[in-house]
Amino acid sequence: MAVLRRAWAIVWKDLLIEARTKQSFNAMVFFAALVLFIFSFALGPDTELLRRVAGGLLWVGIAFTGILSLSRTYQNEETSGGLEGLRSYPGDARAIYLGKLLGNIVLLLLVEAVLIPAAGILFQANLWPHAAELAVVAIMGTIGFSLVGTFYAALTVNLRAREVMLPLLLFPALVPVLLGAVNATTLVLEGAPMSEAEVWLRVMAAFDIIFFVICVWIFPIALEE
Amino acid sequence: MASRTGVERFLGGAAGLTMLAGSIVGLFVVPADAAQGNVQRLMYVHVPAAWLAFLAFFVVFVMSALYLVQRDARWDRVAASSAEIGVVFTALTLLLGMMWGKPTWGVWWTWDPRLTTTAILLAIYVGYLALRSFADDADKRARWSSIVGVIGFANVPIVYMSVTWWRTLHQPPSSPRSVSPDILWTLMLNLAAFTLVYAYLMVRRVRLERLEGELEKRMAYNA
Repeated sequence: MAVLRRAWAIVWKDLLIEARTKQSFNAMVFFAALVLFIFSFALGPDTELLRRVAGGLLWVGIAFTGILSLSRTYQNEETSGGLEGLRSYPGDARAIYLGKLLGNIVLLLLVEAVLIPAAGILFQANLWPHAAELAVVAIMGTIGFSLVGTFYAALTVNLRAREVMLPLLLFPALVPVLLGAVNATTLVLEGAPMSEAEVWLRVMAAFDIIFFVICVWIFPIALEE
Repeated sequence: MASRTGVERFLGGAAGLTMLAGSIVGLFVVPADAAQGNVQRLMYVHVPAAWLAFLAFFVVFVMSALYLVQRDARWDRVAASSAEIGVVFTALTLLLGMMWGKPTWGVWWTWDPRLTTTAILLAIYVGYLALRSFADDADKRARWSSIVGVIGFANVPIVYMSVTWWRTLHQPPSSPRSVSPDILWTLMLNLAAFTLVYAYLMVRRVRLERLEGELEKRMAYNA
């Protein structure tokens, strides 16, 4: 329980900083909107086509936007040796991972709360009837994305060229969860019954569970000095 | 105990000879496939290259896990060497597969689960090697890349399953063909040849890696 309390302290600290500065949130929302715009330009004004590929476009947008905030996961700690400070506190280093993970999930879900309706408008997909299913898919996909992302962000934080290394390591690892999220989203948007999307929910659930265990387990090694 | 260069020379000779034998048998001795003709002979290099790639990445996984437990730089050197060889042979597998796919399937590339997984595999280990090249400190490089070596390999079955589901929802997988004994033993010969090539390259590469590590240490000491 002490681990959870420490993790919560980190979540609270980061979200408080974010709430006061809004530096990540604003940049992410604008970036996500631009990505959606570029997709619309690239694919032309064919609304039928856009509607069909909306699920894929949405998740590419989320992945690109998410990587922005992931690479800044430990930025608050970077100045004046904050990460060394966190590391030298007594207790399990996993609290740092859990805290940062939850912070990333919350932030990315907030961005998605803007991004998904915006995508619905731009791609003329009617989202309201499927809002509950979409929320489930978005949450499961975001958890999977953030699990591996927060982990690899810690691994690359001290690296030269980490802006290149993080996506290079992260995107191949994310293939299962992105496949699951895209296919589930597409099925939901097509109005397919939930049972059809279920196989993809299971893929995401399996990915989330397996990587939660692996990442929590190995994280102290990744953070060692 | 045989000397180091003795082992290397023996492995090199054995690898060279079996490669030569495998190529001769594969190209001239075994009859051409009835349906595909000479193109099918690509199998004798494509399949062994794929086998070698997976073997190499399995070695990366085992050595990375060993490193994380024991923190012995030796395991990291073996993992790094194996990853390099694995990347080369994965790329070779894809290239040979494309050369085979174009005349038989009519396309260079298709989103078949095995093709897709192999391409993702290549991306994972290119990331592994890039991570190594960007890390300056030897201990950190070993630790970070070992973590990627373990996670990357653990992810392969999940990737394969998700890609299989993704594809089978759209099209049925191709049915396996029965293989004649001629083809089988030629394939086995080439598998043995490629495995010996792997062993030879590994011995050389690990030695080079160790020398590089020593040099790095000495330069750090003198600086």
